[in-house]
Amino acid sequence: MLKLQDLHVYYGGIHALKGVSIDVPEGSIVTLIGANGAGKSTMLKTITGLVRPRKGTITLNDEEITGQPAHRIVSKGVAMVPEGRRIFRNLTVYENLMMGAYPRTDRNGIKEDLERVFSLFPRLKERRNQKGGTLSGGEQQMLAIGRGLMSSPSLLALDEPSLGLAPVLVQEVFQILKQIHEQGKTILLIEQNAKAALQLADRAYVMETGRITMQGTGRELLENELVRKAYLGE
Amino acid sequence: MDLSTFIQQLLNGISLGGLYALIAIGYTMVYGILRLINFAHGDVFMLATYFAYYLVGIYMLPWWLGITLAVLLAALVGMSIDRVAYRPLRNAPRISALITAVGVSFLLENGGIVVLGARPKGFPRPEIMGKVYTLAGASIIGVSVWVPVLTLLILAALLFIVYRTKIGAAMRAVSTDMETTRLMGVDIDRVISFTFALGSALAAAGGIMWAFKFPQINPLMGILPGWKAFTAAVVGGIGNIIGAMLGGLVIGIVEIMIVAFLPWLSGYKDAFVFIILIAFLLFKPTGFLGEPLKEKV
Repeated sequence: MLKLQDLHVYYGGIHALKGVSIDVPEGSIVTLIGANGAGKSTMLKTITGLVRPRKGTITLNDEEITGQPAHRIVSKGVAMVPEGRRIFRNLTVYENLMMGAYPRTDRNGIKEDLERVFSLFPRLKERRNQKGGTLSGGEQQMLAIGRGLMSSPSLLALDEPSLGLAPVLVQEVFQILKQIHEQGKTILLIEQNAKAALQLADRAYVMETGRITMQGTGRELLENELVRKAYLGE
Repeated sequence: MDLSTFIQQLLNGISLGGLYALIAIGYTMVYGILRLINFAHGDVFMLATYFAYYLVGIYMLPWWLGITLAVLLAALVGMSIDRVAYRPLRNAPRISALITAVGVSFLLENGGIVVLGARPKGFPRPEIMGKVYTLAGASIIGVSVWVPVLTLLILAALLFIVYRTKIGAAMRAVSTDMETTRLMGVDIDRVISFTFALGSALAAAGGIMWAFKFPQINPLMGILPGWKAFTAAVVGGIGNIIGAMLGGLVIGIVEIMIVAFLPWLSGYKDAFVFIILIAFLLFKPTGFLGEPLKEKV
C-alpha cells in the first residue's frame, strides 16, 4: 500500500534520511524502531507531506505522492497521530475529533466514525464537551488516536503513542492498536517501546542515523541478537 | 454630573467602543494565527468608506447593495494584501513581515492621497441614520440607535462563525498549532485567507458606520482608529477575540468619559488611549484575557 524508495531528506540542515526504503503492505502492522534522533519522526513527516524529500519517491496505492502538500495526503487516506499527542487544547473533545474529519463531506460516514471512536474510547464520549487541554495524558493520547481515525484513513501512522504514559496505559494503547488493526486499518507504528511494538508487528525495520539497518518480521527481530542487545536491554 | 448624563455618555462610549471592537478583532485574529500585527488593517477600514462613498454617493446604488459590495471589496483587499505581501514571507523571520506590514500601510495611505485626493469628502448618510427618535422624553438620532444595534448583530455573527462552524474551528486550531492542523487535512493558506477576509469585512462594516457617525472621510482617517483598535486588542489580550471586544468597549468608554467629565483634558483624549497601551505593554502585556506567552516546542 505504501512504499518508500531511496528517500533522502535534509531537515534542519542535517542529512536526516539517507536512502530509506520501506514497504507497508495493505492490512499489515509495520513498526519502525530506533534510537532518538535516528530519523524516525522525519520519515513520518515526509510521508505526511510536512517535509519535502530531496530525492526518492513515496507511492501510496500505486500513486506517487512525493512532495504533495499535507492536506492532500490526508484526503488520500493517510492519517497521522503525531508525537506528543498535539491535541488542540482550546477545542473541545468533540471539536478535536471533528478536526480529524475536516476534509470529509459525507455527513453519515462522519457520524458512523464518531460512534465507532466513542465505542473504542467511551471516556471520550463522557468528556465530549470538555476542552482538550483538561484531559489527562492517557485521555489525550486516546483523543489523538480517535482524531486520526476520524479521517477514515486506510493507513494510520503513529509517532510514539506510548511515550510518557503509565505502564497500564501503554498496554491499553497497544490493545487498542490491535483492535484498530482488526477493524481493517493498515498501521505504521514508530515506537521506543521496542518489545511491545515488535510483538505486535507483522513487519519491522530498525533505523540508525538515517538508514534502515535491519528488517524482518516482528518475531525475527525479537529474536535477533543485536536487536535484543541494543533495543530490548537484554 | 447627574445620572442621566452619565448613562448618556456611557451609551456613547459603548457605541464608539463597538466600532473599535470591530476593527480590533481583525488585528487579534491575524495575530492569533500568524503572530503578525497587520498594520495595514486600519487602512482597509479607510478604503471601505471610499468604496461605499463611490458606490452609493457617486454611482447611486441603493444603500443595502452599496454597503454589501463595499464590505466584499474590502474583504478582497484584505485577502490580497495577505496574498501579495505576507504569504511570500511566511517562512521569513517575523520582523520582515512586520516591516512589510508598515510598508503596505504607508502605501495604502499615500496611494490613497494620490488616487483619491487628500481633500476630505462628505460621506452621505442614509435617511434612517439621520432620523430623530423620541424615547421617554429624550430625543436620539438614528445613528446613535442603529450603530450599536448593528455592531452587536455583527459581533454575534462573528462569534457564531468562530465558535460554531467548521472553518471557525479550523481558525482556532491553526492559532494553537499550525503544523498539527495541516495534518488534519486543512489547507492552511485557505484558512488564513478566510481570516483576512473576515477581519477586513468587520473593519469595513466598522468604517462605514464610523462614517455615519463622523461623515467626513479622508485617506488618513484609518490611522488613529486603527491604532486605538490595536490598543483595544492589546488591552483585551492579543489573540483573544472576546478580549478584543472587551478592549474595544473599554477604550471607547474611557475616551468618551474623558471628554465628557474632564473637558479640560479633552484635547489629550488620544494621548490617554496610548498611555493605556504603554501601561499594558509594560505591566500586563498579555492583557485581560490573553494566555501567558509560551515558547512553542
